[in-house]
Amino acid sequence: MKYYWKLGKHLQNVLRHYSNTQYKPHLHSDGWEAVIGLEIHAHISSASKLFSPVGTKYGAPPNSQVGIFESAHPGTLPAGYQITQLDYPLANNGRLEFIVYNSSVHKHPYRHSVELMQIQLEEDSGKSIHDDCNNRVLVDLNRAGQPLMELVFAPELHNGEEAAAMVKEVALILTRIEGSLRVDANVSVHRPDEPLGTRTEVKNLNSLRSLVKAVDFEIERQLNILECGGSVTCETRSFDTLSQKTVSMRDKDVIQDYRFMPEPNLLPLRLHDSLEPNCLYDGALDINELRVVMPELPEATRQRLMKDYGITLENAILFVNNDDLLNYFIAVMSCSEHNSHIVCNLMLNNLLGTLNNINVDIKDSPLTASAFSEIVDLQQSGKIVPNITQQVINAICIGRDLRTPTQIVYENNWLQLSHDDLEDLVESILSANEQLVETYKTSKKKKKLLKALMGKVKEATDSRANMKVVNDILLQKLRS
Amino acid sequence: MSQHPINIGGLVMNRLMGSIGDVVSQLKQRALSSMELCEAALQRQDSVARLHPFITCTSDVARESASLSQKRYGSGENRGPLDGIPVAVKDNFCTSGIQTTCGSVMLQNYVPTYSATVVKRLQKAGAVIVGKTNLDEFGMGSGTIDSTFGPSKNIYRSGIKYDLLLSNREPDGLDSRFPTAAVEDEDWYVAGGSSGGSAVSVASGSTFLALGSDTGGSVRNPASYCGVVGLKPSYGLVSRCGLISLVNSMDVPGLFGRYVDDVAAMLSVVSGLDPQDATTVPSDLQSLQLPENPSLEGLVIGIPKEYHCPGMKKEVIDTWTKVADLMENCGAQVREVSLPHTKYSIICYSVLNPCEVASNFTRYTGVFYGHRVESSHSMEAMYALTRSAGLNDVVKGRILAGNYFLLKENKNRYFKQALKVRRLISQDFDKVWSSGVDLLLTPVTLSTAVRYSEFNNVDNRTQQATQDFCTQAANMAGVPAVNIPISLNTEGLPISLQLMAPWGQDAALLSAAKWIEQHVNFPRLQVLE
Repeated sequence: MKYYWKLGKHLQNVLRHYSNTQYKPHLHSDGWEAVIGLEIHAHISSASKLFSPVGTKYGAPPNSQVGIFESAHPGTLPAGYQITQLDYPLANNGRLEFIVYNSSVHKHPYRHSVELMQIQLEEDSGKSIHDDCNNRVLVDLNRAGQPLMELVFAPELHNGEEAAAMVKEVALILTRIEGSLRVDANVSVHRPDEPLGTRTEVKNLNSLRSLVKAVDFEIERQLNILECGGSVTCETRSFDTLSQKTVSMRDKDVIQDYRFMPEPNLLPLRLHDSLEPNCLYDGALDINELRVVMPELPEATRQRLMKDYGITLENAILFVNNDDLLNYFIAVMSCSEHNSHIVCNLMLNNLLGTLNNINVDIKDSPLTASAFSEIVDLQQSGKIVPNITQQVINAICIGRDLRTPTQIVYENNWLQLSHDDLEDLVESILSANEQLVETYKTSKKKKKLLKALMGKVKEATDSRANMKVVNDILLQKLRS
Repeated sequence: MSQHPINIGGLVMNRLMGSIGDVVSQLKQRALSSMELCEAALQRQDSVARLHPFITCTSDVARESASLSQKRYGSGENRGPLDGIPVAVKDNFCTSGIQTTCGSVMLQNYVPTYSATVVKRLQKAGAVIVGKTNLDEFGMGSGTIDSTFGPSKNIYRSGIKYDLLLSNREPDGLDSRFPTAAVEDEDWYVAGGSSGGSAVSVASGSTFLALGSDTGGSVRNPASYCGVVGLKPSYGLVSRCGLISLVNSMDVPGLFGRYVDDVAAMLSVVSGLDPQDATTVPSDLQSLQLPENPSLEGLVIGIPKEYHCPGMKKEVIDTWTKVADLMENCGAQVREVSLPHTKYSIICYSVLNPCEVASNFTRYTGVFYGHRVESSHSMEAMYALTRSAGLNDVVKGRILAGNYFLLKENKNRYFKQALKVRRLISQDFDKVWSSGVDLLLTPVTLSTAVRYSEFNNVDNRTQQATQDFCTQAANMAGVPAVNIPISLNTEGLPISLQLMAPWGQDAALLSAAKWIEQHVNFPRLQVLE
């Protein structure tokens, strides 16, 4: 059962990496505040079901991952009901800190933190499909008995974006998720100085988009009811992805009493921490063995990127959200001493822009990390100007040029013009346009004339000049 | 495999009542063959059929096993003390390819695809399974009268002709002090329950051994009424995998035999760790062999005063006193002890049992296996109709009660309170053991077997509350307990006593039981063909 703890401690470790919560309350019109608590179910990636040797192949044909346990044959222990940890969860009293940032909604990222009340193991249930046309119910037991991890969070979120940001962070931490996370959201609205309002539970939200839409819709719905002097009904609702609305699940509005009782067929799960001197061993699983092999958590990666490379939080968020991007960035940075701002800028704007246009993923980029690094070097050392950089990227990504960036630059004669070259060039342009120079010296509309002269120089440089330098030289020569 | 009918002589039939030690040595010497023994057992099953110990006769499987066993004896490769021995299995243990009914409409056509661990272990040891035995539906009862297949009847005074022989210490001595004729008015004595079929199977010589299950006394109670040895092992010593759950925290596969040594041999085969049942423990009983002549020297025997309960028959109390005295005279130290919470055991059980039943029985929906009543209305309607038709009133009553006790608003008052009482009952035992007591000697039932006409006057629940008084606490505490037949009363019915031991002391328990067996000369029943 070791993977349970691996994931459990994963989350506990998150806590150590976070600090500086900068939570900003989101009040709605007329001082209402929405409060959201999430319960997240994640499948634990395991070869077998929780209590049976049957496989857990994702997407297998219906009822092909089923044995006597899943169908609860008599005499199988323990089977026939869903098992969940309730009174004694694997872990409790935790906290998850995360960053809320959706560039199309927020100007800046901000940190938020939510209490992780408990992590409990449970079995997934089978699936029944109601075929109303033929008046029958179809049952698929493939999911039945699959190990799930349920993460129960305190109601400390305030809108759909925050909810999505937290789920996204959980998804990043649980890197080996098969299938999708299933999220239930408890939503209520109240005034900040009053007790929490009546909540509704929105069940089975299985995409971040649905989560944001469902939560925000539900907040609006409740606000409207309250503003009109009505009261919210405590009920279970589902999200209809077609209408983008939450709808009442009529049969389930009566609160279910599951009549839980302890499972006598299961012994207590004993864990041991060899770092704790007073912790009894007793043959139990050593959680420290798992702690040692635990991979870096997303927030630790963000912090490391910011510290090691001096990149912004926004860019760190981008990289941690996308492994391929992160791997490319690290590969580029390890090629030579680069300015990380130039790398980020060229990578996230120029390279990604080009790849998007030709619909190619970064991990299949025709421009390798080392070749990209060469381009960065060429620009950083002033051998080429930014315009040329984009041309080199285009040549390799779109033109499928197989030469190295250096070869391309030299053979195309794309090197930046030197100061001396530029002076000669400016000199020759000025002598070829004496009339214009004369007009400039007497005219009051100098800017317009200067622009015209610059245009002529630029044309002559074949875009290989640093135009700021050209500007300086031109001004100096015109003054003399 | 021979298809020729084997002519079974009276001599072979008489061997059906012997001990497995005797029979195995005859098999080894080829004075008897496994096939002859199997045919004799099947013939006996036939001749006592009206007692209805069996739901299913597994003659084909039995003959196949016996034939293989015979080959092994022929080549000298026999597999130990149970090779070739006819055994019966209570019909709540799953048997692959053989219907397993639990005495219920719900499972009357259910054929499992796997065998219970204990069944597999018996088969691996060469035992010959001749049939599946009758029980109260799902093991809920104490008379084996609540089976959908009809009741099992006690062999004593049933009209089946039998002699009573003095015990094997004085072979062939006929004991004619006791009546053996059928009781009047077509009445009969109950076999006890819920494993009544297994007890009757062993008592009648249809098998040497039988598997039962014991949740509140379901092995010891019928063993007591039928005059056979019935062991409820320590909880966790014998795997429950494939035993159809009644109360998970108390269910224990139990063993029936006519001799303590036979039961010990069976325990050595079926006990031990099973990965399919997380509550099992490793055991060192695989080579269990009881001493030839066990001694009581140095043993402290406790007599719990609370077991003198209202309604207990004088003949039972007298027998109890007599055996306590006998043990004291032979080197044991006998002292009165107290298990003060015994009287709460029944009420505690009547909460815990329904709670676990309510939970365990959610699986009987008619969807995946078992009885199904179709409904075009809804899936829920199909469940309801199926359960209504498939389960008897006793089972339905317990499901209803359990669901009531487990309601959020009732759970603390009933279920959790009962768990606390259970702990007190268990602690009673711990205190007694830690005061130096090795074993407890008690009655098993308040009386000898009662007549059906009398038994059926009282409802199942009340009956069980009376019947289980002396047996239930051992299940609450998980300790081993064994029923030992002591004597017959003036009606010719067996009176038995119970020994209990600390958890895990099953071997010591059986040694002491063997000592009693050797010293009480319980008359042996010999069916006359």
